[in-house]
Amino acid sequence: MSRARADEEEYWHSSKFRAFTFDDEDDELSQLKESKRAVNSLRDIVDDDDDDLEKVSWSGEPVGSISWSIKETASSSSSSSLEGRDTSLQKGSSSYAALPKQVSSYSLSNLFKGRNRLPSLPSLSDAFSDTGAKNYAPELRRPKAEYKDYSNDWSPRDTVRRMQRGKVCSLERFRSLQDKLVLLDEAVAGHDGNVITAVLIFLKRTLRREVLFRELEVRQVALCHLIHFLKETGEQKLLLDLLRFLDRTEEVALSQYREHLNIQDVEKKREFLKGCIGLPFSAEDISHIQDHYTLLERQIIIEANDRHLEMAGQSEIFRKYPRKASILNMPLVTTLFYSCFYHYTEAEGTFSSPTNLKKTFKIPDKQYVLTALAARAKLRAWEDVDALLTTKNWLGYTKKKAPIGFHRVVEILQRNNAPVQVLQEYVRLVDDVETRLNLATKYKCHDVVIDTYRDLKDRIQLMAYKCKVERGSAEEEKINSLLSNMQIRWKN
Amino acid sequence: MAAHLSSGRVNLTALREAGRRELREFLDKCAGSKAIVWDEYLTGPFGLIAQYSLLKEHEVEKMFTLKPGRLPQADVRNIIFFVRPRLELMDIITDNVRREDRGRSPQRDFHILFVPRRSLLCEQWLKEQGVLGSFIHREQYSLDLIPFDGDLLSMESESAFKECYLESDQTSLYHAAKGLMTLQALYGTIPQIFGKGECARHVANMMIRMKREFPGSQNSIFPVFDTLLLLDRNVDLLTPLATQLTYEGLIDEIYGIQNTYVKLPPEKFAPKKQGEGGKDLPTEPKKLQLNSAEELYAEIRDKNFNAVGSVLSKKAKIISAAFEERHHAKTVGEIKQFVSQLPHMQAARSSLANHTSIAELIKDITIAIGFYSFPTASEDFFDNLTVEQEFMSGIDTDKVNNYIEDCIAQKHSLIKILRLVCLQSVCNNGLKQKVLDHYKREILQTYGYEHILTLNNLEKAGLLKLQTGGRNNYPTIRKTLRLWMDDVNEQNPNDISYVYSGYAPLSVRLAQLLARPGWRSIEEVLKMLPGPHFEERQQLPTGLQKKRQHGENRVTLVFFLGGVTYAEIAALRFLSQMEDGGTEYVIATTKLINGTTWIKSLMEKLEPAPF
Repeated sequence: MSRARADEEEYWHSSKFRAFTFDDEDDELSQLKESKRAVNSLRDIVDDDDDDLEKVSWSGEPVGSISWSIKETASSSSSSSLEGRDTSLQKGSSSYAALPKQVSSYSLSNLFKGRNRLPSLPSLSDAFSDTGAKNYAPELRRPKAEYKDYSNDWSPRDTVRRMQRGKVCSLERFRSLQDKLVLLDEAVAGHDGNVITAVLIFLKRTLRREVLFRELEVRQVALCHLIHFLKETGEQKLLLDLLRFLDRTEEVALSQYREHLNIQDVEKKREFLKGCIGLPFSAEDISHIQDHYTLLERQIIIEANDRHLEMAGQSEIFRKYPRKASILNMPLVTTLFYSCFYHYTEAEGTFSSPTNLKKTFKIPDKQYVLTALAARAKLRAWEDVDALLTTKNWLGYTKKKAPIGFHRVVEILQRNNAPVQVLQEYVRLVDDVETRLNLATKYKCHDVVIDTYRDLKDRIQLMAYKCKVERGSAEEEKINSLLSNMQIRWKN
Repeated sequence: MAAHLSSGRVNLTALREAGRRELREFLDKCAGSKAIVWDEYLTGPFGLIAQYSLLKEHEVEKMFTLKPGRLPQADVRNIIFFVRPRLELMDIITDNVRREDRGRSPQRDFHILFVPRRSLLCEQWLKEQGVLGSFIHREQYSLDLIPFDGDLLSMESESAFKECYLESDQTSLYHAAKGLMTLQALYGTIPQIFGKGECARHVANMMIRMKREFPGSQNSIFPVFDTLLLLDRNVDLLTPLATQLTYEGLIDEIYGIQNTYVKLPPEKFAPKKQGEGGKDLPTEPKKLQLNSAEELYAEIRDKNFNAVGSVLSKKAKIISAAFEERHHAKTVGEIKQFVSQLPHMQAARSSLANHTSIAELIKDITIAIGFYSFPTASEDFFDNLTVEQEFMSGIDTDKVNNYIEDCIAQKHSLIKILRLVCLQSVCNNGLKQKVLDHYKREILQTYGYEHILTLNNLEKAGLLKLQTGGRNNYPTIRKTLRLWMDDVNEQNPNDISYVYSGYAPLSVRLAQLLARPGWRSIEEVLKMLPGPHFEERQQLPTGLQKKRQHGENRVTLVFFLGGVTYAEIAALRFLSQMEDGGTEYVIATTKLINGTTWIKSLMEKLEPAPF
């Protein structure tokens, strides 16, 4: 148990601390046969008493917990669909998100209208349409206790209260507009969204649209519930009508724009986005929507072209680096990376050239350099990297410039396994001395380290560094000659 | 099983017991053998109320996860669906019911148990599908407030914040009020109600209305709670955005705690026996339950992470010493004594081993080693924290932040970016147009234009906004409420600011100031925060009025509408334990959250429907 005796401080501040393990005490206890027997018998007693002491399986699920038991009882049943469930269970609750996805492939409004929509289950609707109709006798099998709820003279308030308690109430007898509005106001006063929504469904069915909208305009809470409801059930048209009536134009625009997420076909999506440009977005948003459309338009052109190129097998870059995925629907920066990767040298006139993208979308310099650098470094095109970071001033002198800072350049190059010769050129340009030394040491850019110590006139560090370079190498020689150079005025 | 629920000042076992009773009653309505089909989301919360054994006693023979297709074969009389009232789930149920073989005999009866409320919308929908009549019992199980620990209740309603603040849907507030009524039925009427925020006002109104409408609810139970404090999450949008720095908070930030369980990478939990190790390291995540039933966890969970190491190593010494004792045990009596302690010692040992492993996992991620090297997980955690702390202490909140820009350029997770940008916005009482536009453009260009919908949601919720009027009142709020403490003591804290290593959660500061000296002292600041603040009194029948013993602490229930973080809970527990505090806190919430889960709940679902 040496670990336990270790100094507190050392324990916590040491970075290489191993997992906490005790020595196996069972062997040590073997001398005490008597107590060991007792321990074992004790263990039996303890284990039997599982009311207080939870048994926990390796995965930590207490044995007997609900989620554990679902697995247990399910695996004992012979269901053909078991495999699917097992995988979904393993992923735990996070897999839950995947569940509704399978069913959200149609709009809920369809369901509300009772239309069948599951293309994968065509036989079902046929097989059960009859049964379904017969089953539609909801109240027949209800327990007796709820029968007495069917009364015709509940006041609006009582009706709402009963509904709050989960009882079924008929709303049909609220005929006049006046009655309906009193009912709605009562529901709103009860704050129970379930009841408010139920009343709204009733009003929506029985009131003319203009009347409904007009009355809701002065009833904000009910209005919010209806909007939420329409969103959830996907009644887009009614929703947009309502928002337009309320003059909430920006919401209309966003709500309509949201629809593009449900469009799979890119051509249709592009057309749809084009239509969005004219919508009353806020001034800040409109340019983004415009860009979204332009980007997709570009992507469609690039995709068609590149797919063709790739299939033809003529272009070397596509042969060497086959595309992993289509560029459609990717973010702008990803698209820029793609274009820097496959279309770097193209003239500005083509849609796929990086410079064209940069110009069209007003991509800031910093972002552009970063992306281009990452793409060219990935291809190990070091000359491109050099050119990218070189600027010419008006006298024709060249100078290295990195809007992202040279330490970031080094980082990116290093991640792409740049050779030391390439790396050290940029390490040398890192402004901050300490950072430069750090990077140079880490990546074995000996020249830079040596030169930096020389510039710092740090003889001691330079001497210490000698052991880090290879015996008999040019670097060692360089250090030696520096150390024997009488003209340097060392600071130590 | 539930001993930890009775350890606090208020015995929450009663609430759990009430929940179990209701469940039994429902199960007994469906006579005969049964199978339960679970909405998977519910298994976690239900697990805190009942174990399988309870269900089994009531003839539940099989349990399945809800999914489309034909229901598995099971020779039972009843099939019961336990579901949340959601349309997409109704669809799955419809599919299940339609595929049921009508010819089979004996026929199986269907039932639905809606949790927490029956939904007329869902029933209407089942009706449209023509399957409503297939269900014999359609009932609700009001799992409003679930006891998580001796001093913690949650509704586990993940969308509560979004519904309240984005969609103005107050249904979850209605559930909160219902939950509070249940609580009052069990623990007596709460004489004093304080609140801050629109939602708080609504909940208080509903409670008062419910009480008026059901005069029978006047109970004769001696009140356990002295005060209820209702707090809107949007009164304090800042706190959940910051990274929690307590032990439990960090576990949640990094691994996510769900219904008191956490799943951890298995590597550090290698089997301790020699010979077993090394061969087949488990690949499945290690799942652990975290609550106060575990003595060691109860001691360290609310500490600042920097104070956890020393506790663990002290514990290790104590346990080692205890195991050493066996060498000194000579007489049968002494051996007996030692043996009697063994189970406890072994439990303590495995608990210590587990938490040492967890602490190591966290340490690897959070503690930066050495000076500027290369971006490692810890490096980035540290940089992120530095920026958060700058914002919270009011430094450079009005210009584009370099670190955020860098993170976007490196395409860090969008949620992380949004957390930081929102934090900056909140700490600057809104961003300048130029700054806001810049962030927006960078985000949309890097992560996709469709995220404009999410940004819009964040703006609606007030998390991201334009500074209007050109005045930033955050510094005033910070100074008056002492939200930033420079001299924080993480090891032996003397102020709640230790939970964020410097930042004192605004919400908890409000609770603290309410207890002493009272909100009158901070009227000005309260006016700067959104929503009304108010006080209500509920009359108690004579005879139930409390005569406080000298030195007896008051009990305050703090209800966070829209979610609460573990760090805030830790801060309240810290206040409960202060020697001269005078108040003990019980915490309730709509959902246990952290910045990540919170922002996620506000993001637009972007995955298109797969075909």
